[in-house]
Amino acid sequence: MREQILTFLEKNSKIDLKELAILLGSSEEIIANEVAQMEKEQVICGYHTLIDWEKTSSEKVTALIEVRVTPQRGQGFDSIAERIYNYPEVQSVYLISGGYDLLVILEGKSLRDVSSFVSDKLSTLDTVLSTATHFILKKYKDYGTILGKKSKDERMLVTL
Amino acid sequence: MRNPLSKKVVTIQPSGIRKFFDIVSEMEDVISLGVGEPDFDTPWHIRDEGIYTLEKGRTFYTSNAGLKELRVEIANYLKRRCKIEYDPLHEILVTVGGSEGIDVALRAMLDPGDEVLIPEPCYVSYLPCVVLADGVPVTIELKEKNQFRLTKEELLEAITDKTKILVLPFPNNPTGGVMRRADLEAIAEVCIEKDIFVLSDEIYSELTYGEEHVSIASIPGMRERTLTINGFSKSYAMTGWRLGYICGPQEIVKQMTKIHQFAIMCAPTNSQYAAVEALRHGDEDIAMMREAYNQRRRYLMHAFQEMGLPCFEPFGAFYVFPCIKQFGMTSDEFATRLLEEEHVAVVPGNAFGECGEGFLRISYAYSLDNLRVAMERLGRFVGKLRKADPAG
Repeated sequence: MREQILTFLEKNSKIDLKELAILLGSSEEIIANEVAQMEKEQVICGYHTLIDWEKTSSEKVTALIEVRVTPQRGQGFDSIAERIYNYPEVQSVYLISGGYDLLVILEGKSLRDVSSFVSDKLSTLDTVLSTATHFILKKYKDYGTILGKKSKDERMLVTL
Repeated sequence: MRNPLSKKVVTIQPSGIRKFFDIVSEMEDVISLGVGEPDFDTPWHIRDEGIYTLEKGRTFYTSNAGLKELRVEIANYLKRRCKIEYDPLHEILVTVGGSEGIDVALRAMLDPGDEVLIPEPCYVSYLPCVVLADGVPVTIELKEKNQFRLTKEELLEAITDKTKILVLPFPNNPTGGVMRRADLEAIAEVCIEKDIFVLSDEIYSELTYGEEHVSIASIPGMRERTLTINGFSKSYAMTGWRLGYICGPQEIVKQMTKIHQFAIMCAPTNSQYAAVEALRHGDEDIAMMREAYNQRRRYLMHAFQEMGLPCFEPFGAFYVFPCIKQFGMTSDEFATRLLEEEHVAVVPGNAFGECGEGFLRISYAYSLDNLRVAMERLGRFVGKLRKADPAG
């Protein structure tokens, strides 16, 4: 049941719990309790909106930054990750396998914003060995949703 | 000039649904719940295989019965999902959709005057295909009180000494009805005793929402007298690829292959390669779509309950078949007014046989957003009818 609820909410967190109960063949009360419980357990960490910022007038720049760091004794990557994710302009921080250690997703108002973050804040951390910054030019698909594409029902009226 | 037409063909009526939907295409803002095909696109990995096949230049014919690797995968699939074993070389014919299977089976098996039992309401092709094959269609009226299942008694009553084939269309279009194992065992007993063949159209076999589908050919004694039709259209959302198959005893498959060979040559090669990919890696896609259909099914059943529209709970396909007899009008009138007044298109039940009168076929191969609006409009319409005639 949990998995079914989550699958739904992940796609549409605005769904009415009463309707969700109907769809899953359950009762509103059970669903509401389950959701509340998952919020409490932080299985559900938040409800966000997927926005195609390109369609708005606001200027935004997103960068993916590959960061190589020196892990610290007794703490591994956790404390360095914490130092980075505490900056509000940092959207995501992932520990990555492969050629570098942390992937940092950063959102800024301009290229300058991002570059000053990298040069002033990120690179100056003692444990950071190197960074490589990639700017996102266009988002085609985000969180499983293809952006800007409206699908149309093209099915024809056949005999049956 | 001489009459250019065959007497046989002009007696066949075109499907009544067509004219109804000609009106639909003229109107704006219509929500149609009339289409009987999945609203999902074919899963990308299957489409990708189709594209790859074209890139590789696999644009030749295949053998008449179909690609061998496809027939092997079909045999694996039927063993895995339907518990029937077929020899891929001699007992499986790949056809242009399940519908070709219906046609070749009847043409391969019927002599003039042979009777074919067709439970109604049902898909509209069986009856004309029987006529075209010089058989005599005999319809059996299924009852809502039996959840539109075929009972042993109904079957026995319809059998004569001319009866040769029973068409078994379950999970059913348009009712959504299914036959459980016990129901099929009762039917099987009669078929064996009366020496009747079964043409089992199982195109919706993957779309059941309770107990798993049971193939009648898997019941002891039935394999040798059953032709099983299935395909890719509904389960993998591959309607436009036109690909299905029919399986059964070698003796019949051999003759069907002959008809197929001369009339069709072979099913589309591109679709056959894509279907191999579907059978090998498509189980999860089916599960995902089935779950989505099931949710919509629950949504509609709940909506009908709220608006006081009686509907037996269907456990198969992607249709619901609510009863509108309380409003004292025909299915056709109801559907026409619903279309004109609320811009919702549904199919009148009588399009699937006279006994479908008093019912509507509503397809839930539509997004929830569509269904939500459609149910709001239907609810308003039903409320209006009740207000106009509180006794009704």
